[in-house]
Amino acid sequence: MLKDHAKLMQAIMVSGEIIGRKKLQKMIYIAKKMDFPFQERFQFHFYGPYSEELTTRVEELCNMGFLNEVKEKKGGYYQYRYTLTESGKEFLSLNEVDMPFLKECFNDMNDQNARFLELVSTVLYFDNLPKDEVASKVFTLKSSQRYTETEIDEAYAYIEMLKGKTGQPVA
Amino acid sequence: MVYSAEKLSEEKVFKDPVHRYVHVRDRVIWDLIGTKEFQRLRRIKQLGTTFLTFHGAEHSRFNHSLGVYEIVRRMIDDVFAGRPAWNDEDRLLTLCAALLHDLGHGPFSHAFEKVFDFDHEEFTRAIILGDTEVNQVLTRVSPDFPQKVAEVIGKTSEKKLIVSMISSQIDADRMDYLQRDAYFTGVSYGQFDMERILRVMRPREDQVVIKKSGMHAVEDYIMSRYQMYWQVYFHPVSRSAEVILTKILHRAKELFKKNYTFKYEPIHFISIFHEIVTLEDYLKLDEAVIMYYFQIWQEEEDPILSDLCRRFVNRNLFKYAEFDPAKEYKKLAELTTLFVKAGIDPDYYLVVDSSSDLPYDFYRPGEEEERLPIHLLMKNGELRELSRESEIVDSISGKRRTDHKLYYPADFLEDESNHSAVKKQIRALLD
Repeated sequence: MLKDHAKLMQAIMVSGEIIGRKKLQKMIYIAKKMDFPFQERFQFHFYGPYSEELTTRVEELCNMGFLNEVKEKKGGYYQYRYTLTESGKEFLSLNEVDMPFLKECFNDMNDQNARFLELVSTVLYFDNLPKDEVASKVFTLKSSQRYTETEIDEAYAYIEMLKGKTGQPVA
Repeated sequence: MVYSAEKLSEEKVFKDPVHRYVHVRDRVIWDLIGTKEFQRLRRIKQLGTTFLTFHGAEHSRFNHSLGVYEIVRRMIDDVFAGRPAWNDEDRLLTLCAALLHDLGHGPFSHAFEKVFDFDHEEFTRAIILGDTEVNQVLTRVSPDFPQKVAEVIGKTSEKKLIVSMISSQIDADRMDYLQRDAYFTGVSYGQFDMERILRVMRPREDQVVIKKSGMHAVEDYIMSRYQMYWQVYFHPVSRSAEVILTKILHRAKELFKKNYTFKYEPIHFISIFHEIVTLEDYLKLDEAVIMYYFQIWQEEEDPILSDLCRRFVNRNLFKYAEFDPAKEYKKLAELTTLFVKAGIDPDYYLVVDSSSDLPYDFYRPGEEEERLPIHLLMKNGELRELSRESEIVDSISGKRRTDHKLYYPADFLEDESNHSAVKKQIRALLD
C-alpha cells in the first residue's frame, strides 16, 4: 500500500536534498538498473530515460505534503529542490522499505552533476550493446551535450563502482 | 521496380469512423497490414477495461494503428513534402514506424506489464527484429530497415524529426487516440481541429513545431487531452475494473508459485509465471485467450481467484471511496487490520489506486530539459514553449492535480452472516 511512494521518499530522505528534476529522474533510473526495486517505467525521450510515472508520483507526494518542492530561478530556467517534510518522515517511519545499500548509492549519485548522470543513464539504457556502439549512440543522440570519449570511459567506470557498492557482479 | 517504391495498382482504402478513409498505396504498408502479427492487434482493445464503463469502447489497437498511419501519411503528403527540413527518402520509414508503433502491446497490457514486469516496447522491438512475418516484409526493403524502424519506435533513432511525428507532446499517436477514444466512448470532450493542426505543423531538423497562428487549435487539443484524462482514462469505475484485473493476475501468479493445482492447466500462462516468455508464447496471447481463462477460473477451488474472476466477467466491481494518503494513512493501517479480522484478505480486497498508476498523462511544459515540450514557431523564427504564449495552457499545465481512491468489495462488507461487528466498524471507517 503506497509502497512505491515510500520507496521514492526513502531515496530522497537518504539523499538529504535532491536538486533538479532531471537529476532525480536519472538517479532513480540508474538505481533501477542497479536492481533497486523501483517500479516506475522509463522510456527513452529526447533527453534520455524518462518516466512519466515518476513525475506524477513526485507531484502526488508534493500534494500529500510529504515532499517539499522549492522552485527557484537559475539563469534562464527554473530549478526544483526536493526534501522530505516532517509529515513525510513520519509516514516513512511507519512504512519503511528495506533497501540495502540505498544510502551509499544515492549519496554518491547526488554528488555527481545532472549532465554526468544523464550520460550514465544513457550508457545504461544501451547496456545490451557493445561499448563502441554505445559511444556512437551517445555521440549521435546526445550531440548537443558534446560528451567526450573520456567522459564515456568515466561513465563506464562509475557504473562498475556503483555495482561494487550494491554487491552486483562487476565486469 | 524496387520493393520499397512499389505501388499497388489501385489505391486501397479502409473505411474509418474517425478519419473517414485510411488510404494505402504503398505495397510495403499493404503487406505489413496483412501479417499475422499486425492482424493480432484486432484482438486487443485499445482501452483495456474501459468498455466496462463506456460500453462502446470496444475498438482495437488495429483501428488505432491504422489511424496513426493515416495521420502521418497526411502530415507527409499534404504538409511536409517539398519543405527543406523534410527528406522524402524518410517517407516509408516514417509510415512503417507509425503503423507498427503499438505492435508489441499485449492483452490488457497495462495490468500485464505491472504484474509480470513486461515492457510492450521491448516486444515491439522483438517482433520487428525477430523471426516474424513483419520482419520478413521489412527486410525485403533492406537488411537494415527493421533496425531503423525499431529505433524510430524506441525513440533512439538519430532521426529525431520522425520520432517526434509519432511520439511527442503533439504527435500522430495522441491525435488519433484522443479522437478515436472520444468517438467510441461517445463523449464529446476529445474533439479538436486536427486538420488545422496538421496545416500549421512545420518540420524542423529535430522536431515538429507549430506555427504561432495555429496556437488556438493546439489549445483545443490540449484541453481535449486534459478532459479525456479526467473524464475517460481516469474514470473511477474503469479503474475499479483495472484493479480487479491486476489482482486476478497477481492471484494466479501467486497460486502457481505455491504449486496450486489448477482445474484446467493454464498453458498460456506457464512461461509467463516462469518469467521466461518467448516471442512465440507472447504472440499467442490476446484478449479472447485471457477472457477464456477468466471464465474457467470462476470454477476454481481457490475462493479469491474464483471470486475476482466472477467480479470481472459479470462486472460486479469494487466500490470506491476518496482517499487522502496524507491524512488517512493511519486509517488505512487500521482498515487493513480490520479486514484481516473480518477474514477478507486486504492484499486483494483493499486497494489504493493513484493517478501515477495510469499510463496516460496531460501536458506539462517540461521544465529543465525533462522532455521536449510543444514549441511554437514565431514570425521572427524564434521558438517559444506553448505555455509561455498561451494563458489557457499555462493555467491547466501549471496546476498539479492528483487523485487517490480506495477500492473495496462493498458486498462482502454488507454481508453480516459472519464477522458482523468488525464489518460494521469497517463500514463506519469507510463512510
